[in-house]
Amino acid sequence: MMTTLVSGVVVLLLLALALWTVVARDAFLAVAGFIVYGLLLSLVWVRLYGIDVALTEAAIGGGLSGALLLGAVGKLRRTEALSWAERCGLGTRALAAALSVAVTLALVLGVLFLPDPAPTLAPQVMRHLPATGVGNPITGVLLAFRAVDTLLEAIVLVIALIGVWSLAPDRAWGGRPGPRYDADPDGMLAYLARLLPPIGIVIGIYLFWAGADHPGGKFQAATILAAMWLLVQMAGLGDAPRTDNRALRAGIALGPLVFVAVGVLGLPSAGVFLGYPEGWAKPMIVVIEIALLPTLTLVLALLMSGAPARSADSSVPRAKP
Amino acid sequence: MSVEMLFALCACLLIGIGLYGLIVLPHPLRKLVAFNIMGSGVFVLFGALAKRGAAAGMLADPVPQALLITAIVVAFAATAVAVALLLRLIEATGSASLADAPASKD
Repeated sequence: MMTTLVSGVVVLLLLALALWTVVARDAFLAVAGFIVYGLLLSLVWVRLYGIDVALTEAAIGGGLSGALLLGAVGKLRRTEALSWAERCGLGTRALAAALSVAVTLALVLGVLFLPDPAPTLAPQVMRHLPATGVGNPITGVLLAFRAVDTLLEAIVLVIALIGVWSLAPDRAWGGRPGPRYDADPDGMLAYLARLLPPIGIVIGIYLFWAGADHPGGKFQAATILAAMWLLVQMAGLGDAPRTDNRALRAGIALGPLVFVAVGVLGLPSAGVFLGYPEGWAKPMIVVIEIALLPTLTLVLALLMSGAPARSADSSVPRAKP
Repeated sequence: MSVEMLFALCACLLIGIGLYGLIVLPHPLRKLVAFNIMGSGVFVLFGALAKRGAAAGMLADPVPQALLITAIVVAFAATAVAVALLLRLIEATGSASLADAPASKD
């Protein structure tokens, strides 16, 4: 009873915040609402027994996406007022409302007439999980049963980063993203940037290692590690890397390449792409996870930093040819 | 009403709210936030279906849950690309307008 009440309150708050992000006049307030929304959403995942999803949602959905949008709001301030002048007319708004209501009603009908009993793959997962050697069924699905999804996801992340980098203006090609942050070296931010990363790195690696048998895993770990790296950059203790740095690019390509290599290895040894030979599933999974961690950390942090904005040799001012 | 049913219905409303915002809001960044609301609605709906699939001693079906983790990460990557495109648009044109050039507007 109590938990239903809590769920009801969470639902009402979620709907109110979602409406707020749509009706708020100010983009900053809308994004602030979206960040709270993301955090509340992780409560929903806990209630739906998806602890791994809750961790990912809090770290990426609320944390990284929120910070990314908040950073964008700061740069877009001056375009906001102009944009309201382009607001669509009453007719379009009425049509949009009608369409939204129709979509919602269609979905509600679908939800009310779901098949019973619900289709599920849980028994199959439980039956075959011991063969993978991992104890967390989510990790088993991500890296054994549906490994091809995770492989494609890693590739999508790298492609997204290539997409962001290719938006660099010519003069900044291969350069460093974002501004060079200059924080007070004795200030609070610099203090936190010295204090938190050691703790964050330990927590990140713990989440990574524990992910085999408990909630957690490489995505959540990579998010924490990326956040620590960004914190160091924002406190001015380190600079963003040059995007033409070969070691950096190798680190980014490492995860997908190792993943594909393990997949190809499965052809002769297990007879199928991404198949693991008998008894070798756990070591193979660990190899893939270890290779994916630097890729995910680098890509998540660099996606946050955005397109290169400073010329490749920003430390030494160079005369234009 | 069961928890998963409650959240599934909530998800339907979130999708509707996000869709409305995506169409109506003029600023691309606001459209992006609305699109993320819509996307999270889809995720919650899928998560509620995963909860319905609880079986074999598991509290929820792990297959949709694993796909959700993938989906959340990919949604973030897509958002990052959209933000970068938007910042470049403003850098190049000085405005965030998505409208056609006046000549081609009816």
